[in-house]
Amino acid sequence: MKNLSVFIIIITLLFSSCGNKKKQEVAETNKELSELSIYNLPSVWTSQNNKETELKDLRGDVLVMVMIYTSCQVACPRLVADMRDIESKLPNEKKQNVKFVLVSIDPETDTPERLKEFAIENEMDSDQWLFLRGSESDTREFAAVLAVNYKKISPMDFSHSNIISVFNQEGELVHQKEGLGVNNGETIQAIIDLAK
Amino acid sequence: MNSFYGKIVTTWLCLIIPLTTLAQQKNMVLVKGGEFIPLYGVDSATVKVNSFFMDVYPVTNAEYQQFVIDHPKWRKSKVLKLYADASYLANWENDTTFSKDFLPDAPITSVSWFAAKSYCEYQGKRLPTVDEWEYAAMADAVSPDARKKEDYNKYILSWYETSNTIKNPIGSTFKNYWGIYDLHGAAWEWTLDFNSVLISGESRKDVDKDSDLFCGSAAVGASDLMNYAAFMRYAFRGSIKAQYSIKNLGFRCIQDVNTNQ
Repeated sequence: MKNLSVFIIIITLLFSSCGNKKKQEVAETNKELSELSIYNLPSVWTSQNNKETELKDLRGDVLVMVMIYTSCQVACPRLVADMRDIESKLPNEKKQNVKFVLVSIDPETDTPERLKEFAIENEMDSDQWLFLRGSESDTREFAAVLAVNYKKISPMDFSHSNIISVFNQEGELVHQKEGLGVNNGETIQAIIDLAK
Repeated sequence: MNSFYGKIVTTWLCLIIPLTTLAQQKNMVLVKGGEFIPLYGVDSATVKVNSFFMDVYPVTNAEYQQFVIDHPKWRKSKVLKLYADASYLANWENDTTFSKDFLPDAPITSVSWFAAKSYCEYQGKRLPTVDEWEYAAMADAVSPDARKKEDYNKYILSWYETSNTIKNPIGSTFKNYWGIYDLHGAAWEWTLDFNSVLISGESRKDVDKDSDLFCGSAAVGASDLMNYAAFMRYAFRGSIKAQYSIKNLGFRCIQDVNTNQ
């Protein structure tokens, strides 16, 4: 009988260690979400305040989003400046319904601590600003949703598209602007039109 | 009694251990890792690719049909618009039946990146990266890197000019060095990080202009057939979006050799 229990244990171990893991079907909640909403994405992110965040937690606010990495020397400081410029040009009464979200494409380097430092250095530490990092595959997927392309070109450097995206309160993409230091008038107008 | 169970244990162990330790599935072959210089490498340097198992054939219409039967959220009437554009499974008769014009064992196409990625994940696999795909696909029938051979390049380029190869059954092309079919000559294939190809809006440029779309250095350097064929693939990858479902674009899956799971 001892052998029988050994047999059972071994079989259990073998099967549980089997590489062919099937993912559980994720329960489809929030039926009322628009099909195009980014709040359909199940990914979980960590903020600069080390708080776990799902995108759908942001539902209800207008989102202005950009993908960056903090060790970036060339384009990101200008993208960040563009974000701050947009923020500064919004009327105060609109701002409270708008969140500025910066998603890292270098989650390995951009720890929550690092993102926090970056936020403080760049005076982007109020509640308005949200920095997010996620897993490599969730980041790749999120970039695919935003049509942002990026590639690691050295241990410290990435090439990436410079795109600022605006989402409405339901997480639908409403406006995108590509390029650095471009006229942000349209982007600001899109945000003002959305923010109540 | 004891010896009876002992025998069963031994038999099971002999049967199961070789299968589980490799974690390799049916119809996959080993691609032994190595280094190579892809067309658009990391600063044109050598790229290291780890060993992986790759599907011998692209995913077929029949296999994908089973997938949507098992996972209704990927049926054409159910799929979220976030995950697939209107061309998704465009030629299917209905949610669970592919077009009569296509063979069950021809490659599935008109699927988005999200759908392809999800399919592989449900199999316990994943999509290959651009580097992994290019690495496996630079083999001809006899050598792991045939990129400098004229025949190999002519074959690929003549395929790029041939239409409707997606109607051929899988395995209609040559078996490559690793034992893989149809990387060239059937359907184009999704890669996990297709959106790592930057042909516009790159960080070193201040402004994205269409005139810079095919950045000069790459095009001018593409001086031979080898680079021309690869350049077509990279340009294609750089021009598509994850929601797109394109009629000559399918996929296959791979699996890491040392899944530490």
